[in-house]
Amino acid sequence: MKKIKQSLMKLRSSQLLVPCIAVALLVIFNLIRDPSFFSVSLAANNNGDPVLTGNLIAILNGASELVILAMGMTLVTAASGGQDIAVGATAAIAGSVFVKVLSGGPITGGTILLGFVCCCLVAMLFGAFNGTLVAVFRIQPMIATLILFTCGRSIAYWINGGATPTVESPIVTAIGSFIPGVPVPTPIFIVLAVGLIFALLFRFTNLGLYTQTVGINQRAARLNGLNPTAIKLLAFVILGACCAVAGVISVSRLSLINHETLLLEIEMDAILAVAIGGNSLGGGKFKLSGSIIGAYAIRMLTTTLYAMKVPSTSVKAYKAVVIILLVVMGSPVVKQFFGKLSAKIKAKTAGKEARA
Amino acid sequence: MNKQPKLRQREPMSETQLLMTIAICIFVVMYGLAIVFLGGGFQRTQQFFNILNDNAALLIISCSLTIVMICGGIDISVGGVIGLVVMTCVVYLNSAGASIPVALLIALGIGAAFGVVQGFLVSYLEIQPFIVTLAGMFFARGMTTIVSVNPQKVAHEGFLALMKQKIEIPWLGYVAKKGNLVPARLEIGVIIALAVVVLVYVLLRYTKLGRGFYAIGGNQQSALMLGVNIKRTRFIAHTLSGLLAGLAGFVFLMHTGAGNATNASAAEMNAIASSIIGGTLLTGGVGNVFGTLFGVLTLATIKAIVPASGLTEPWWQSITTGAMLCFFILLQSVVLKKRGSKKAKAAKE
Repeated sequence: MKKIKQSLMKLRSSQLLVPCIAVALLVIFNLIRDPSFFSVSLAANNNGDPVLTGNLIAILNGASELVILAMGMTLVTAASGGQDIAVGATAAIAGSVFVKVLSGGPITGGTILLGFVCCCLVAMLFGAFNGTLVAVFRIQPMIATLILFTCGRSIAYWINGGATPTVESPIVTAIGSFIPGVPVPTPIFIVLAVGLIFALLFRFTNLGLYTQTVGINQRAARLNGLNPTAIKLLAFVILGACCAVAGVISVSRLSLINHETLLLEIEMDAILAVAIGGNSLGGGKFKLSGSIIGAYAIRMLTTTLYAMKVPSTSVKAYKAVVIILLVVMGSPVVKQFFGKLSAKIKAKTAGKEARA
Repeated sequence: MNKQPKLRQREPMSETQLLMTIAICIFVVMYGLAIVFLGGGFQRTQQFFNILNDNAALLIISCSLTIVMICGGIDISVGGVIGLVVMTCVVYLNSAGASIPVALLIALGIGAAFGVVQGFLVSYLEIQPFIVTLAGMFFARGMTTIVSVNPQKVAHEGFLALMKQKIEIPWLGYVAKKGNLVPARLEIGVIIALAVVVLVYVLLRYTKLGRGFYAIGGNQQSALMLGVNIKRTRFIAHTLSGLLAGLAGFVFLMHTGAGNATNASAAEMNAIASSIIGGTLLTGGVGNVFGTLFGVLTLATIKAIVPASGLTEPWWQSITTGAMLCFFILLQSVVLKKRGSKKAKAAKE
């Protein structure tokens, strides 16, 4: 009992409070509205394979790209104190390169690997471009990435010569939906893999610590022998790789590339996930887990709204209201106010007890 | 008699002035090159006026972005507010018994409401402006489709007459092939936008409030010590920004005459880009609204030059815009860095 209390107290002061509350509220709301909301069932898909279906799987599956981008975005936010608003555009470029490589000949496992490596390299190159502007030329990240935000989708259009080509292949379909015989959607495995890579990266290197140090105080980091330029650049390159993975998943889902709509406005959701995760958008300390929970919370909210028959075009308005409620709850001023209030109540009850 | 020395040492340009001067020079050079090499339409004043006509709304929201950015904040809801205002006004104007002043009031009211709520959240609850205004953008875009999903055209006769009202300047016109004079036409929206620019300039330059904007954007601590009410100043900045966005929505409607769910999409990013080209820094404390005017003109001129110079594929316009933006941003960074090192040298001496 005491342990639970302690961990609860720990959670109260932790930055994971807001994202956890968001998820908990959404779960409770959905269970009250429709107790079978989270039920998962096995059903045959178009190919006749038994696969898991249900809202829970849809949320986990649909959030894949967002989670991957949110992880990279957290790193960039922590290191540079700003956000990359070109992740959607970079993912579109990566997707275009992927499709371009695949459309060159017959699609086999080898060409897909080649395509992935190519698009990863291109996306990392664009990440390095953003990173150079931010780290070397000291431009605010939002402004630096505004360049790619403006022209990224046009570059994606240009790569495929103004067409929206399709890639029909069972392997591509397997990446985007299900591997035959496996009932869990493949993107979920990809998210797990990316998460594992990040976990190993933080476990076996000092990347996390260094990123925080640079984000908190660049001068101090330099005086301690770190190279802030290199670390910021690295954060952007890693985000570039994340964009490539997200782009490939997104292309594989539909087996085609549409440069205009691929992961449209995902940058806003990714930044939101970072903020809901309790990370300061001004850089410094960060928690990857917060951003991941935040990303799932956003997707859950969207799925909930769809389940409530809200038209897809007006989902944004409801989303905005929930976001504002969440950030108001997490705002330091409001927290302080409630802290004072609870202290007052405690003092009053204590006084009454003393008198009694 | 004390004789004044003839050559007074000139005060070095402030960062704001320097960046603005660069923006103006580049615009003049670019437009000049367009006149020389592309000729045709660019030699006519009407081409210049068309750029103004098409970008009046953008000019107004760029002013609001400049104000907010000088304070060290950001407002990305302005494009969404334009969309919402346009749609609401169209629906209202198409209802029975609608009048134009009420439509204008609706536009300003929506804008002010967004500004007040966002300003309150940003300044008094200390939430990051990016997140607040992002939510504002989502809300505005979502509400737009709730007001009406289908594109609509204005059918109100008075408003259509107002739309057609143009200021004709005969001596800037040109003689058409048939020999009759075509006067240069300027829309009313442009006059409103230019008036906004002048008003914002006066506000920023000569009022206590405007100086407060620069103070809190430059250094919040020193502003506090100078007795600036930081929270109230920031609140007013966001309210002003929202109000101007509402006005921009009305001007947008006066130009297009139709409401669409995707109206003014990504306008906020164009506005931010214009402010940056004009020499406003996102970090706050540096900026000038006349620079912003030239930022808007530069951006629009690039977009006009690209198709005129033979790059007609759809992707070239935004790729060149991106390249130009990159150039401007790098230029600013280099110039400011050089000045920074010069200043440091002077301080050492």
